Amino acid sequence: MSRMKRIYDWFEQRLQIEGPVREAVLHKVPRNTASWWYVFGSAAFTLLILQVVTGILLALVYVPSAAQAWESLNVLNHQIPLGWFLRAVHAWGSNFMVAVVFIHMAQVFLFGAYKFPRELTWTVGVFLLLLTLGMAFSGQVLRFDQDAYWGLGIGVFIMARVPLIGGQLVHLLLGGPIIAGATLSRFFTLHVFIIPGTLLFLAAVHIWMVLKLGVNEWPMPGRVVHRETYIAEYNKLAHDDGIPFVPGAFWKDLVFSGAVLAAVFVCALVLGPSGPGGQPDPSIIQTVPKPDFPFLWIYSVLSFLPPSLETPFILIAPIAMIAGLLAVPFVASEGEKSWHRRPVAVLALTTVAVAWAVFTHLGMYTPWSPHMNAWSGDPIPVRYLREATPLVRQGAVIFESKQCRNCHQIGGHGGERGPALDDIATRMTPDQMRFKVVTGGGNMPAFGKNLSPPEIEALVAFLETLHPANEPPAADAAQRAIETGGGAPPPVGGHSY
Amino acid sequence: MNPDERSDNPEKASTGPEAGAAREQASERDGPAAVSRRWLLLKAGIALNGLVGVAMAIPIIRYLLWPVRKDAAYNSWVSLGRTSEFPVGETRLANFRTPWTRPWDGQTDHVPCYVRREGSAQFTVFAINCAHLGCPVRWFPQSQLFMCPCHGGVYYADGSRASGPPERGLFTYPHRITGGNLEIDAGQMPTLSNTAKLTNIATPGEEEGCSCRG
Repeated sequence: MSRMKRIYDWFEQRLQIEGPVREAVLHKVPRNTASWWYVFGSAAFTLLILQVVTGILLALVYVPSAAQAWESLNVLNHQIPLGWFLRAVHAWGSNFMVAVVFIHMAQVFLFGAYKFPRELTWTVGVFLLLLTLGMAFSGQVLRFDQDAYWGLGIGVFIMARVPLIGGQLVHLLLGGPIIAGATLSRFFTLHVFIIPGTLLFLAAVHIWMVLKLGVNEWPMPGRVVHRETYIAEYNKLAHDDGIPFVPGAFWKDLVFSGAVLAAVFVCALVLGPSGPGGQPDPSIIQTVPKPDFPFLWIYSVLSFLPPSLETPFILIAPIAMIAGLLAVPFVASEGEKSWHRRPVAVLALTTVAVAWAVFTHLGMYTPWSPHMNAWSGDPIPVRYLREATPLVRQGAVIFESKQCRNCHQIGGHGGERGPALDDIATRMTPDQMRFKVVTGGGNMPAFGKNLSPPEIEALVAFLETLHPANEPPAADAAQRAIETGGGAPPPVGGHSY
Repeated sequence: MNPDERSDNPEKASTGPEAGAAREQASERDGPAAVSRRWLLLKAGIALNGLVGVAMAIPIIRYLLWPVRKDAAYNSWVSLGRTSEFPVGETRLANFRTPWTRPWDGQTDHVPCYVRREGSAQFTVFAINCAHLGCPVRWFPQSQLFMCPCHGGVYYADGSRASGPPERGLFTYPHRITGGNLEIDAGQMPTLSNTAKLTNIATPGEEEGCSCRG
C-alpha cells in the first residue's frame, strides 16, 4: 500500500465520506439532461462561493461605520494593491449572480421542473431568489455613497406606506429615526451574517433535493406527469437511458462555471469596480440617485403609477408577485412539462421578460426626470434665432432662464418629461400656448404666478416661431374670421397677430 | 473500502440470533411509545430548554425592538440660525444637525431643509425629501419651482404639488422663533407614516398647508 493510499484510508476511516460522495457523483441522470440548458444552477452556486470568498477578503479592510465606510472604500480602490480588483470582482459577481439566478429560474419554469415531486425545490428556490436580491440591495447600501443613501431613502419611503405599522417598520429598518450609523451597522449584519447564512443553508437544502429527487428529465410533449406514476417512470428513464452524473453531465457544469468566472474577471478588469460615488452627506443635494441594475425596473414602475394607485400598488404588488411564484408548483403540479404544450407558461414568461427589459431600459435613461442643468447648459440652436426679433430673442432667454428646458427638448437637447417643442407652433395656437403656460395642466406646472405678462408675451412669441419652414403655424380659424370681417376664408398659413 | 466491511463499529460487532432478540427487546423498551424513565427525562430536557429559550427570547426581542420609539423620543427643537440669515421673499437651503446622533454617524446627521420666508415673521420650513419617494428636491428660484431628480415630481414655491407622481405637497417642519433664532421640531426622516397619515393625503388641486412633524 502506497503512502498516499495509507493517508487516504486513515482519513476515510474517520470521515466515512467516500460512500455518500460516490453515491452523489455516480447517480444516474437521464441522458438528455446532460445539456447546456442545465448548467445555470451550478453556475449560480459557483458565483455564491465567489461572493463569499471575495466578501470575506473585502471585510478585511471595509469599515462598517457611517463615518468611515466611504473612506475605507476609497482606500480599497486607491491605496491597497488590487483592492479595486477585488471590489470589482465582488460587484460584477453580484450582477452575474442576479442574472444567472433569474435565467436559472426562467429555464426551470420553462422546463416544468417545478412539478411533482420537485415543488419544494422550487419553493426553496423562490426564497433563494429573494435572498439573492436581498444581498444585492444590502450590498448596495454597504457601498455607502450618495446613491446608497438616497436609494435606501426610497426603500424607507416605500416601507413607510405600510398601514398602521409603517413608522415602526422604518425605525426597525434604520435602527433609529434617520439613515445614520445604526443603519449601516444593521445592513452590515444583514449582508454579512443573516442573509448569507440563510442563503448557504437553503442552497444546501436545494442541492440536497436535486440529488435525492434527480435532475428534471428533458420535457417531451406527451410525457405527462402523474403523481401516482411519475417516480417509477423517472427511475426507469434514469435507469434505462441514464448516464452517471459525473462526468457525463458534470463536465458541462464545470466548463460553464469556469466561463462565468472568467467573464466576471474580465468585466472586473475592464470595467472596474462600481463606485463609491459621492460621499454620503445628505446636505449635498446635487445628486441624481439611481438604484443598482436589479432594481431599476422598480424605479421605473414607480414613476408611471398614478398618485392614487401608488400606495395600493406598492403594498400589494410585491406580495402578489411572491405569492404567485410560490403558488406555481401547487397550481400546476401535474401535467405536461413541454413548452410545446404549455402556451400560457410560455406567454407568461415572455411577457415578464419583455416587461422587465422595457422597464430596465427606461430606468437607465429616465425620460421622466427633469434635466437639472439643461436650462443653464444646453444651447438653443442658432437656426432658431437667426433673423429673430428682439422680442423672440427675449422669449428664448425666458425659455432658458425659467427652466422650461429642464423638461422640454429643443434641437435634441433638454429634458424629456414634457414634449419636445421644435414644432410646437404647428400644434398649438398662441392663445393655447398662453393658456398652457399660465395654468399648466397634465404634468406641467402652472407658471402664471412666476411669469409677468410681458414675459409670457415674449415666451409665446418665441414658441410661435418653432415650426418647420414648410409647415404653417396653427391658427384659430374662428378668431381669424372675426378679425378679417367674417368674409371669405383667409389665406392658408397667414396669421393675424 | 466499503463501510459495511469494517469491524470497528461496536453495534455491528455482535451478531447472531440471541443478540437480535436482545436488540428487539431494547428497541421496544426505547421506542417513543414506551413510558420509561429515559423518555420522561428527555421530555424534561426539552421542556427545560424550551423554558430557557422563552426566557432568552424576551430580552432578545426587547433588544431588537429598541429603535421602535414614539416620535417624541426622537424629535426636539433645533436651531437653523438667526432669522436675519433668511431674506424676506426668498427660499434658502439650510442645514441642521439632527438631535438624535451617535459618534459614528459621520456626515449623515447633517440634514438639509428649505426655509421660505414670506414675511418678517412668516416662515415655512420644507423637508428636503420629495413626498413621493424621498429623493432630495432642488429649488429653482428663477421659475419658483422645486424639482425632484428621481421621478420628476415638481412643487410650487409654497410646497404644494405642481406635477409628477407625488400624492401631496412637500413635508413641512413645525417651527418657532426663539430669541431671534429660527427653530424647527425635527429628528426623523419625514415619511408618509410619521408626518401625514395616508388618509390625509391631499388630492391634486386641493393641496392644504400641512402642519406635520418632521
